[in-house]
Amino acid sequence: MKHCWFHLMPYTELPDDFRDNNPSVWVDIDSNLFDPERAHHMYNDFLDEMEFAADMGFDAICVNEHHSNGYGLMPSPNIMLASLARRANPDTALCVLGNSIALYNPPTRVAEEMAMLDCISGGRLISGFPVGSPMDTCYAYGQNPSQLRERYAEAHDFIVKAWTEPEPFSFSGRFNQQRYVNIWPRPVQKPHPPIWVPGGGSVETWRWCAEMDYVYCYLSYYGYKAAQATMQGFWDEMDRLGKDRNPYRAGFLQFVGIAETEEQAWELYREPAEYFYDRCLRVSARYANPPGYVTEATQRAGVESQIAAAAAGGPDGVANTSARPGIQKTSLIDKSAREFEAIVENGYVIIGTPDQVAEKLREVVKDLRFGHLMLLQQFGNMSKDLANYNTRLYAEQVMPQLADVWEDWEDHWWPQPMANAERATPDRAIMAAAAE
Amino acid sequence: MTVPAVSHVDVYGEPCRVWTKGTGPRIGFLAGFGGLPKWIPFLDHLAENFEVVVPSIPGFPGGLGHTNCDTHLDWVMAIGDLVRGAGLLGGAPLIGSGPGGALAADMAAFWPSEISHLALISPWGLFAEDDPMTDPWARRPHEVGPLMLETPDHWNELKAEPEGVNSVEWPIEQARALEASARIFWPLGNTGLANRLGHITCPTLLIRGDADRVIPASYMETFREGIKGETTVKEITGSGHLAELDQPQAVADAIREFI
Repeated sequence: MKHCWFHLMPYTELPDDFRDNNPSVWVDIDSNLFDPERAHHMYNDFLDEMEFAADMGFDAICVNEHHSNGYGLMPSPNIMLASLARRANPDTALCVLGNSIALYNPPTRVAEEMAMLDCISGGRLISGFPVGSPMDTCYAYGQNPSQLRERYAEAHDFIVKAWTEPEPFSFSGRFNQQRYVNIWPRPVQKPHPPIWVPGGGSVETWRWCAEMDYVYCYLSYYGYKAAQATMQGFWDEMDRLGKDRNPYRAGFLQFVGIAETEEQAWELYREPAEYFYDRCLRVSARYANPPGYVTEATQRAGVESQIAAAAAGGPDGVANTSARPGIQKTSLIDKSAREFEAIVENGYVIIGTPDQVAEKLREVVKDLRFGHLMLLQQFGNMSKDLANYNTRLYAEQVMPQLADVWEDWEDHWWPQPMANAERATPDRAIMAAAAE
Repeated sequence: MTVPAVSHVDVYGEPCRVWTKGTGPRIGFLAGFGGLPKWIPFLDHLAENFEVVVPSIPGFPGGLGHTNCDTHLDWVMAIGDLVRGAGLLGGAPLIGSGPGGALAADMAAFWPSEISHLALISPWGLFAEDDPMTDPWARRPHEVGPLMLETPDHWNELKAEPEGVNSVEWPIEQARALEASARIFWPLGNTGLANRLGHITCPTLLIRGDADRVIPASYMETFREGIKGETTVKEITGSGHLAELDQPQAVADAIREFI
């Protein structure tokens, strides 16, 4: 299996009373809370943490895109990867999960920037194409929720064609009209970098990933327990479509906190976890469900399952928890999981000694069946020292215990970089001297 | 209330319901935010003096096909087909509320000889940065009624699922109405209508509830100044944004008097 170290880059100094005095961490968060000089240190700490994770032997380092968001300081994840492409361990894949491609008109820019990253890194890019959250796309960027998925599909077609078409071409789409598409640079990987699709629990997304042979990534903040129905639904759909059960078809995100003793883990990770689930997920339900964002097919699935739940006597019977993600997530958090005990009990964060975490992850990876494990080991207001401690324990004591997982399966969705001998070597001596 | 007659007009190949009721001169109505899942008392009041024709905007309850429209020109042509198919072009008065008001205004701007009178109830279509229209979509479900109406129960009654209706499809139809309005007007409600007001030459009645929390009063002044035809402004006491729901008799009386 692959171990992918994921960073959200949260603002780490939201005030203690944030929840009481702010309706949302997203869209209309108070700009007076943002201190650019403190953010200078945060960004540099975050990049240090990612470089450290790469040095520790993680298979990939991952970034993503958010806007007007107190827990995600990466409006442009490509800028972060540009830095990491030069400075991080050259054996590490670079995963951007991703660019919200419906937002960019023309999508030429995404095709170009990802091609640049693939060239700079010598073919180590994984390109993620999320539809994007309602808060990011419809409110922070003003995209029309009723057209978002149509624009997403068209942008995908545009980018893939821009990467693969050898001649200049014209593109006449519903939303994008370009006389000349002819990107320079072009990606190292042929026909193009692997495409991963972060998504919720929609059947349409699963089918599309299967049809296009893309990796489906379930990026939930709610851990392995809440993911059971979604991942089961994904694999059931793969079975129905006649696809093999290669676990590398899927990725999954999990928060993890490791310490030398269980007592230390409870002590060390309480504050950053409570910071994240209390302050960072303070999202106003007003922004969670703009009209048209959720497809009618998914609405039907959600409505029907709620009716089924009512008939069954309670919300625990709801099968599809992703039908209206923002609203349901907010509801979950308000009710049950802002204190660390509940966060751990619900499986949002896995904590423990290296042996305990390895045992639990082995169970989760097998149970949910995924080959790409995305790990959030810096979360909330966690310091660089603690993030690196957490990362080191995972790399040195957990990763080896999972080395045999899925060893019989081949990962067809991993980057195919240039041979090491053919790649450029960034002059680290010059960089080190400049740093001094 | 008696039941209106139902027919359909195809718009871009999708059926859109047309309700008809009453006798007298023909008059059309394009619905406001949320559409019309049910016949409403306002239309009955109008039907006392008019043959009331209510074609459903694509995506609003009773209408399909909103996803066929990508641009505002697509929408103008779609609504043109709709009102023409419903027999409303050729000199009939046209009423529109909120989003339907903006589209009715476009009908009069694009085909000025085809509309005899225009009555706009808190029409959308404009936006002023220094006096913004309220965001109607970033709302929790329970916040919509109080935003739209002085008496929110009218909204709740309109949107309550009738007995015997398919419980899966009813809420989806209501959500589709919001999506359709978003597809036309996201994110600001601004369709650039201000540039076209000078093409409206028919007499126009501008109606706004005195407690409208969605459309600022200044927008009515922009309409009044911009429309080339003669304009009359009427404020409805005790009414929010959807004046035809809050004060159905008063709005119907104002329109009857105007025409």
